[in-house]
Amino acid sequence: MQKEDKLIIGGHEFNSRFILGSGKYSLKLIEAAVKDAGAEIITLAVRRANTKEQENILDYIPKNVTLLPNTSGARNAEEAVRIARLARELGCGDFVKVEIMRDSKYLLPDNYETIKATEILAKEGFVVMPYMYPDLNVARDLVNAGAATIMPLASPIGSNKGLATREFIQILVDEIDLPVIVDAGIGRPSQACEAMEMGAAAIMANTALATAGDLPLMAAAFRQAIEAGRKAYLSGLGRVLTRGASASDPLTGFLHD
Amino acid sequence: MVKINGEPLDMAGKTLAEYLASTKYDPMRIAVECNGEIVPKAKYGETVLQEGDVIEVVNFVGGG
Repeated sequence: MQKEDKLIIGGHEFNSRFILGSGKYSLKLIEAAVKDAGAEIITLAVRRANTKEQENILDYIPKNVTLLPNTSGARNAEEAVRIARLARELGCGDFVKVEIMRDSKYLLPDNYETIKATEILAKEGFVVMPYMYPDLNVARDLVNAGAATIMPLASPIGSNKGLATREFIQILVDEIDLPVIVDAGIGRPSQACEAMEMGAAAIMANTALATAGDLPLMAAAFRQAIEAGRKAYLSGLGRVLTRGASASDPLTGFLHD
Repeated sequence: MVKINGEPLDMAGKTLAEYLASTKYDPMRIAVECNGEIVPKAKYGETVLQEGDVIEVVNFVGGG
């Protein structure tokens, strides 16, 4: 029997290893997505309020779910810090996913500015979860800056292209003691499962669900894939032969003995 | 003029609370920044908007 297997982020315990995005789909689907994903953390963005808008996303998110505001829209550390402070002022906890992009074509994170913002926000008591390009030196700097996790990208945001950075994420899993949460680009449950088999602590997905045919059903598929990958990792994968074969059946006691 | 979420509005001299009351914003669901500094909710009533102030009113939306 496996002992209790919790995901711990900044001292907070979670049973689910699936972090759900809330972008690009109907607010009305959020509750079903959270439920079928088994998610305990959901990401949000901070934007200018619309005077005409009556609906608020917070009305659609089940109360026991931890909110993870991101700093999307920030082009440098200073803007990310401003957005994080505004998110905290919205009164929904201390979690923040630092996301800083200068480039609007590939939406790649600016690792340097991300380290700076992480350091400032960690000192202000935030639980900082930086989205980053998977680079070991940067990951170490983020650890030193006070990050609660690191969130390396699998492939460009919204691309559904899967684990393009596989080898580099594996290095982070092997070398970094914080939870490594694979974020961005995971398009299929099988890719989420593979990342979990590699030892990722959790998966963050949004577009894979938002662009799926049946969002709650895909949320359930991801949940199962993530749970399967986690169990496989905890078990330890079976070995791979360099060459040849190894029978699974007994080689004795049959016709031509 | 006071620039609120990018739009110049004739609100100088009014308090932030007065401006917010004239909108459909839910005060519990927004955060306000004045010239780059957060205005705590408790200070909405005493914050008088000045000519040239830049105000940002934000809330949560869906995101990844």
